[in-house]
Amino acid sequence: MRATGIQSDGLALPSQIATALCDLVADGEIYLRSVETVAPIAIGVLTGGTLGLLVGVWLGLSKTAAQLAWLSIELFRPIPPVAIIPLTMLVYGIGIRMEAAIIGFACFWPMLLLTRDAVTSVDVRLFEVARMLGLPRRKQIVKIALPAAAPRVFTALRLTLGIALIVAVTTEIAANPFGLGYAIISAGLSLRPDVMYAFLIWLAILGWLLNVGLTHLHRRLFGATAGEASS
Amino acid sequence: MNHAGIRVAPVAKACVDPAIAFDGVRLDLGGRRVIDSLSFDVAPGEFACVVGPSGCGKTTLLRLVSGLLAPSTGEVRRFGATVKGPSCDVAIVFQDYGRALLPWRTATGNIALALEAIGLSRRERTARVGALLEKVGLAGHGDKYPAQLSGGMQQRVQIARCLAQEPRVLLMDEPFGALDALTRQALQDEIARLVKDSGATTLFVTHDLDEAIYLGDRVFALDANPGRLADVIDVDLPRPRHQLITREQPEFLRLRHVLFDHVQKTH
Repeated sequence: MRATGIQSDGLALPSQIATALCDLVADGEIYLRSVETVAPIAIGVLTGGTLGLLVGVWLGLSKTAAQLAWLSIELFRPIPPVAIIPLTMLVYGIGIRMEAAIIGFACFWPMLLLTRDAVTSVDVRLFEVARMLGLPRRKQIVKIALPAAAPRVFTALRLTLGIALIVAVTTEIAANPFGLGYAIISAGLSLRPDVMYAFLIWLAILGWLLNVGLTHLHRRLFGATAGEASS
Repeated sequence: MNHAGIRVAPVAKACVDPAIAFDGVRLDLGGRRVIDSLSFDVAPGEFACVVGPSGCGKTTLLRLVSGLLAPSTGEVRRFGATVKGPSCDVAIVFQDYGRALLPWRTATGNIALALEAIGLSRRERTARVGALLEKVGLAGHGDKYPAQLSGGMQQRVQIARCLAQEPRVLLMDEPFGALDALTRQALQDEIARLVKDSGATTLFVTHDLDEAIYLGDRVFALDANPGRLADVIDVDLPRPRHQLITREQPEFLRLRHVLFDHVQKTH
């Protein structure tokens, strides 16, 4: 049964959406758009995330550093990443670098805070064990603090990647004429809801794949330590 | 203090200084006096047990010997030298094995940590860890993670890691407190054997009076609030001890009465 007589610019028939998706796959546009979105995410997460990770570990290990950095963090962190779109456009113009910079900024803060908390919540008992064994400070960090914090840091990475995807698509819709976000808004503006829905479905698939992959990786990396059989 | 009747292990002859010496130790933590005017000696090779009500500073006492804590006044010495901080000579077995083992390392990896600290090569480590696993009855379990081991086995891993340090002083903080009765008895006999083989001086904290008498050469009874020495009893029971025979001996029962009366009195 098919509903008839409904007219809306915001709707499309499932068959039309499927056709649009097939066309996008066939002419390769969907891959091109995906790469335009994934590339700045990769660069942004790698730079911003790594920087956040390093600073987070440092603040987690040094109480003095954490106290000194506290005010700066609390002042800069609340800035919504999309609010720096104009700034990055002035610096980089439009394109991949501008988008990567915004994503890097967005990823830096959650990575920093979650890593810092992961390190500070490492059981003091483990550090006592390390001291009793006579491990020097550097080995305490490498052999105790970092591996103990690793599962929570990985969770932080998953969260950060989710944020990166949101920020990437938002930037593309608002300012940067590239990638999946721009494809969605141009389809909407040119009254092609079928194409728009095709891209939305593709985004959902991408996000789902990302999460499945990371969950699987998490289990492989840390499963045995949580008591799961490592067969 | 009366030192007569201490059974002294062979290593003691070479070393005149007591393995552990408390000299007028007082410790204030957070405005509260945890330990007050505590003085006692433990001879090299001796197995000394510490009992007392909760809050008497038993665990704190071990932390003072280990160097994780420093006394407010007085002095703690090991083999004649003032304790300034943790040292490879001293190993401590924590009660909460679940927190003291690295969950991301296998049993082998956990024991190897002690050997990595002293910079042994990988080949030497593998050989030594294998021998230690065998020694604590964990042969064949080296590849398991702590979460895959029972409580008793996890505690064995921790004991093996401490033995890997080849410590001159072994500190144990209610190591069997969280284990079931059968595992506990098996581990008591094993620790008595392992300590005898290693020749380490042992300070063993427990709240179980029977365990203290069963394992110890001497038992220190502490009073609470603030923690101070109340009584020292010499345990003159033949070794090796036996879970049934030793515990049925009149001397064992007599000592049990003495200690029990003491704890009743102070509680």
